[in-house]
Amino acid sequence: MTMNDVLKSKTFAVGTVVLVLIAIWYFSAVMLNAPFQRELDERAKLSPTTGQFIEATLNQKRPVLPAPHQVAVEIWNTTVEKRITSKRSLVYHGGITLSSTMLGFVMGTVLGVTLAAAIIHVESLERSLMPWIITSQTIPILAIAPMVIVVLNAVGISGLIPKALISTYLSFFPVTVGVVKGLRSPDPMQLDLMRTYSASSFQTFWKLRWPSSIPFLFTSMKIAIAASLVGAIVGELPTGAVAGLGARLLAGSYYGQTVQIWSALLSAAFLAAMLVTIVGFADKAVRRRMGIMQ
Amino acid sequence: MSRSVPLTVLAGGIALLAGLAIQIISADAVWSPSYGLAAALLASSYLLAIVWRHGAAAAFLLLAIVHLAAIPLIGHIGHGEGEMGPAYWALLISGWLAAWTSVTRLTAAARSVPPSARQAINLLIPFVFGVWLILIWEAVTRGAGIPQVLLPAPSAVWAKLIASLPILWADFVQTFMKAVIAGYVLGCGIGFGTAILVDRSPFLKRGLMPVGNMVSALPIIGVAPIMVMWFGFDWQSKAAVVVIMTFFPMLVNTLEGLSASSAMQRDLMRTYAASYSQTLLKLRLVEALPFIFNALKINSTLALIGAIVSEFFGTPIVGMGFRISTEVGRMNVDMVWAEIAVAALAGSAFYGSLVLIERTLTFWHPSNR
Repeated sequence: MTMNDVLKSKTFAVGTVVLVLIAIWYFSAVMLNAPFQRELDERAKLSPTTGQFIEATLNQKRPVLPAPHQVAVEIWNTTVEKRITSKRSLVYHGGITLSSTMLGFVMGTVLGVTLAAAIIHVESLERSLMPWIITSQTIPILAIAPMVIVVLNAVGISGLIPKALISTYLSFFPVTVGVVKGLRSPDPMQLDLMRTYSASSFQTFWKLRWPSSIPFLFTSMKIAIAASLVGAIVGELPTGAVAGLGARLLAGSYYGQTVQIWSALLSAAFLAAMLVTIVGFADKAVRRRMGIMQ
Repeated sequence: MSRSVPLTVLAGGIALLAGLAIQIISADAVWSPSYGLAAALLASSYLLAIVWRHGAAAAFLLLAIVHLAAIPLIGHIGHGEGEMGPAYWALLISGWLAAWTSVTRLTAAARSVPPSARQAINLLIPFVFGVWLILIWEAVTRGAGIPQVLLPAPSAVWAKLIASLPILWADFVQTFMKAVIAGYVLGCGIGFGTAILVDRSPFLKRGLMPVGNMVSALPIIGVAPIMVMWFGFDWQSKAAVVVIMTFFPMLVNTLEGLSASSAMQRDLMRTYAASYSQTLLKLRLVEALPFIFNALKINSTLALIGAIVSEFFGTPIVGMGFRISTEVGRMNVDMVWAEIAVAALAGSAFYGSLVLIERTLTFWHPSNR
């Protein structure tokens, strides 16, 4: 690889952008934390040099914007240093969020695929249901999250299921729309061929429509799993900061623990990235098995 | 095939007969003139469905009779709230199956009518589905006496909505007119501007696209508590969340759209000696419009969600998210549903108007022809 290749590579470009973003973050941290630090210094009658002053702004206890290294240290302390059963461990909270995300994602995908299969087979169902499925997404679904949680709690259902239901609601839609498109993707020639074989609609579904919808399914699943995580996090808010990444966010905002908020936020981001990547890998593996590699 | 009676008609007819039989046999059945009227209307609709099967006129007549039957069907509940037995449920199922039959017939008839009528039918079908969803919801909640806390009847939600219009309006102004609109315009505007700038540097574009795509998948809603700390409890903090949520979809989509024009088209512009800005305005932005509208539509939903959810983290005592979280705490579920109805209406109207603007601006696109 020559120097020129390196400069043109995607990794280098992405790396540069990420580095620039971190630099901007540090700069903003200094700027945003400076007023409070100046106040502190005045009170303590200190006159620090510029170097000392900047260092102090990056190491406050409750900064307006914590510096990246503070968040990194907090994440290290709450993941590696704590036992994972501890209530202060991010792994514990992340695990709780992950479990309802996964349950919701699986239920959403199953529901989405079932609806899609029903929609392509019954024409009047498509005409009557499809517009409502689309409309349902223009509605701010997350607004009903607190109600679902509290109402289900009132009838004795609490814990995993209500949160997973919210994730289900958020994740079924991309799957339905994507899979309907995928099940329709075989061209008329192929469908005609199935007809000349006198294939039943069940056989056409399993041998032609379903395999051709797989690429669409995986693309939708990437969107669905990200949506599912958002649903799980928001679902944790109304229960009053008990457990989960959403609860960490809420608790952090109650007590002004900015470092805690940012570390929960970054863990959620990391979780989302991991989940989307895993679905991406599954996609590649399945494509390879099916022989549709690009 | 066409001689045999369709399954929905058969099942619906059996349900109707079974309902009537139970009504007559059982001792504690609720009687009212409405019940008889609904049963008679449904019976005539099934007779019609068997005798006159084809054509749009038959489908419309069937539709009219079924919905006429729905009025006494709901009216009957008033004679015994929460005391409806199997006789009533059988009648309800029969009514639903009759409506289903009429929709199937309409779908079939839509193929053989002029295009303008077909469009009307295509609008009517989802409408019928919505009507029956609400009818069944109303019948089940009131007929079975489901507690208000669990699921209020649509009529109760409607009554609450009408009674508390001033509160709902104040919440709407706070959340939608202030936070959503300000955040949406700023976020989409900044995203668009950044995309135009970034587009000039292929290096930045290569670096930003994957990052932007990644960030679009992240739970950005989590910045809400931070924004509330920075910008205070009022609508400014919610607008800030909306700005962050809408920025990345706009950036990524516009960047993608700007490279949608083909090399041929750009070459043509070059032969015309078009300047950068002329190419941008007359070719590339026009080609990018479908992508930009895609982002605008995604963002309309995101903006509303962002504003409502960030209100869960702290607000003044007004706003849709605030109302939802406090009324849930007080178990005023009908108020929550009224607020959700307003949010749904606002969200769909927002989305719908974007679709209309898109249709007029991108009339040339293959998907609109």
